[in-house]
Amino acid sequence: MQMPQPDARVLDRKDRIIARLRAALPDCPVISDPRELHAYECDALTAYRCPPMCVVLPGSTEEVSAALRICHEEQAPVVPRGAGTSLAGGALPTADSVIIGVARLNQFLETDYTNRFIRVQTGVTNLSVTGQVQEDGFFYAPDPSSQLACAIAGNIAMNSGGAHCLKYGVTTNNLLGVTMVMMDGEVVEIGGEYPDAGGGLNLLGLICGSEGQLGIVTEATLRILHAPEGARPVMIGFDSNEVAGECVSDIIRAGILPVAIEFMDRPCIRACEAFAKAGYPDVEALLIVEVEGSEDEISHQLSLIKDIAMKHNPAEFRESTSSEESAAIWLGRKSAFGAMGQINDYMCLDGTIPVSELPYVLRRIGEMSKDYGLDVANVFHAGDGNMHPLILFDANKPGDLELCEEFGADILKLCVEVGGCLTGEHGVGVEKRDLMDHQYAPVDIEAQLRVKDVFDPAWLLNSAKVFPLTHTENRRKGALPPSAS
Amino acid sequence: MKPTSETELAEMIRAADGPLCIQGAGTRGLSCDGDVLDTTGLSGVTLYDPGALTLVAGAGTTLTEVEDLLAKEGQRLAFEPRRLNALMGTSGETTLGGIVATNSAGPARIALGNCADHLLGVRFVNGAGEIVKNGGRVMKNVTGYDLVKLLAGSHGTLGVLTELSLKVLPQPETEATLAITGQTSAEAQKMMALALGSPFEVTGAVHIPGGDTLLRIEGFEDSVVYRTGKLSELTGAEVSLQGEASRARWADLRDLTMFSGGDADIWRLRLKPSDGPDAMARLQPGKALMDMAGGEIWLEHQAGDNLRSQLKGLNCDAQQIRGQGAERFQPQSPALAKLQSGLRAQFDPRGILNAGLMG
Repeated sequence: MQMPQPDARVLDRKDRIIARLRAALPDCPVISDPRELHAYECDALTAYRCPPMCVVLPGSTEEVSAALRICHEEQAPVVPRGAGTSLAGGALPTADSVIIGVARLNQFLETDYTNRFIRVQTGVTNLSVTGQVQEDGFFYAPDPSSQLACAIAGNIAMNSGGAHCLKYGVTTNNLLGVTMVMMDGEVVEIGGEYPDAGGGLNLLGLICGSEGQLGIVTEATLRILHAPEGARPVMIGFDSNEVAGECVSDIIRAGILPVAIEFMDRPCIRACEAFAKAGYPDVEALLIVEVEGSEDEISHQLSLIKDIAMKHNPAEFRESTSSEESAAIWLGRKSAFGAMGQINDYMCLDGTIPVSELPYVLRRIGEMSKDYGLDVANVFHAGDGNMHPLILFDANKPGDLELCEEFGADILKLCVEVGGCLTGEHGVGVEKRDLMDHQYAPVDIEAQLRVKDVFDPAWLLNSAKVFPLTHTENRRKGALPPSAS
Repeated sequence: MKPTSETELAEMIRAADGPLCIQGAGTRGLSCDGDVLDTTGLSGVTLYDPGALTLVAGAGTTLTEVEDLLAKEGQRLAFEPRRLNALMGTSGETTLGGIVATNSAGPARIALGNCADHLLGVRFVNGAGEIVKNGGRVMKNVTGYDLVKLLAGSHGTLGVLTELSLKVLPQPETEATLAITGQTSAEAQKMMALALGSPFEVTGAVHIPGGDTLLRIEGFEDSVVYRTGKLSELTGAEVSLQGEASRARWADLRDLTMFSGGDADIWRLRLKPSDGPDAMARLQPGKALMDMAGGEIWLEHQAGDNLRSQLKGLNCDAQQIRGQGAERFQPQSPALAKLQSGLRAQFDPRGILNAGLMG
């Protein structure tokens, strides 16, 4: 993976840029000490690191605007940063970049139960949004596994999902409005406090998932929902991955829409069990299916699911018997990446496939694993086809990372081949950037680049991400974009 | 012009030397100057995968064809797209392209989202005659910018939609309607907010001034009985319709049949639900439907009058649906107007696609 060479002209202006930022933002940390910059040299994609030129941590929309205006005038590249939990390298700096982080934008601004929204500054964590409203029975639906740490700003940038998206949708389906600062410092209000607010083109839908390339979102209005009366997971174990995949497809097709259907295979089950002691059965493949409602509604849905599962001859069918047990089952699942990390180096993929292709894709991944000689642990959101194969490798063994990346690329190409995509919820970042040509034709990518031309004509904002560098080279060097006709 | 393939459409757009007025079946009464470009030749379902909850079809495919196909598998388009034939006095079969271009959604939108929320992928031809795709046919996809969302509701101003990929959902086993008669707008809004702030999964909340306030519950039979009971205790509304009768009532509400005929203009307001009663008090419409718990109001208004002047100070978007004489779309702030015209210039550099339609 290549990053662009730092711009020597920007590096030459480093002292002036930092001095201007400090002068304009006297109440705001501007970090330039090399030791302190280490904390910002990577995000959760730790294989790639580079300290930025400096880091600014504004405490208000106005301070973000002032910082961006200076960077714009100085033509300094900017990398926005949420909580730094991106698995795709979305917050990876370049040496000539200024990081603008939202960590100090941590205020809850307004909660409105009548109209069912909450307005927050975007540095707040995902889980704290639910924390703010749960005493009153409400919750914020998107629940990425990193929800304890990840910031709403990053959730919006990556259009984050989570285990319960099958029913409640991802970030874009739960976002009503944003306050966004554009690269030139202009502050825009997009959307509002109700669905489709503002009329006109759907800019809100465009901003969500734009990976910090169109602006820095400082405030967000989020849809909140009343929590269900109850929820209960059931664990269904199978002797083969493929049969588990078939069971998922049958549940979906039968007209039951559980709130979540999660899948884990044996390596992952063992790691998670060691971590969470959730009582996972020791089987080849495990589904965690969660349904919601009153006690009777839960029982009814689970009986329908049981009827379908029984046709596939499961090795195990076990309902959670207490809220403690349910919590442990979910803790294990949500800790899967961390639990695997305790026993092995791994690379986590995020491709999505049509659910009906699950059995085929799981079989192919198994075959490819043998060909490459690298083990794969599978854990993913099976209900919506969003796969997270974890390829295990040894970071200390020369060539193993490269082999692993090659294997990962082959899996993602397979996802595209069967009608899926490279990334379902983690984002492209730098990790999948160079695979974009497998999913999109040049004209499809060009259409996206032209969108960035409108929001950030100088291509300063997080510009080395998402699109293969060859597609963006001229634009990043400040050349005029080619004419659209 | 009536292309029958994407490549033919692309050639026509490249060859065009003046503005084009993009039309599906013309049921929504949206027209503009220019040669008519008829998209109904781009029709047909190209893929339907019930086990993956996805359907892919040409933009000219009719809603009826899609609904019939989905019904055979017990599935549906859950965002409940509206047919505007009755309201607009038009004939013709609503097309998928028209639904997506206007981001249409019915009462279910309050719980299940709008068309954009269910749109997984698009293919379109931009104003330069380039064939572009974005998104795909899977439920979760963050690969690159979400032009899918941008195209939804763009009213043909960014490109001519050719193929659409949609998420479908299971048809609920049954449904029921709870009703209260004689509430004021303010009482109705409070009652609907109470119901939507409960755990009982209301999928429709509408109030007809001078008539009923209605709540819809869908799902498995026993669950519907349970939840209607709970909501009845909570709100005082009583079960008035069940099963097919309930479905028929909500189909009428979805298609706004109450606005059929008459000389008045029809407007649609979108606003914070709790601001709904204020808007109603200011406008005093002869006929109105407060959908989305008060957050989407369809109403009759005196022909030729721009009602926006009466809504000053209220955070509200007003769109003229039927009638002439006012800007059809809500005027945008200068900053957003600049971004929108910038995007339109990128997608349609010659400004020939539905020119003048969206400001």
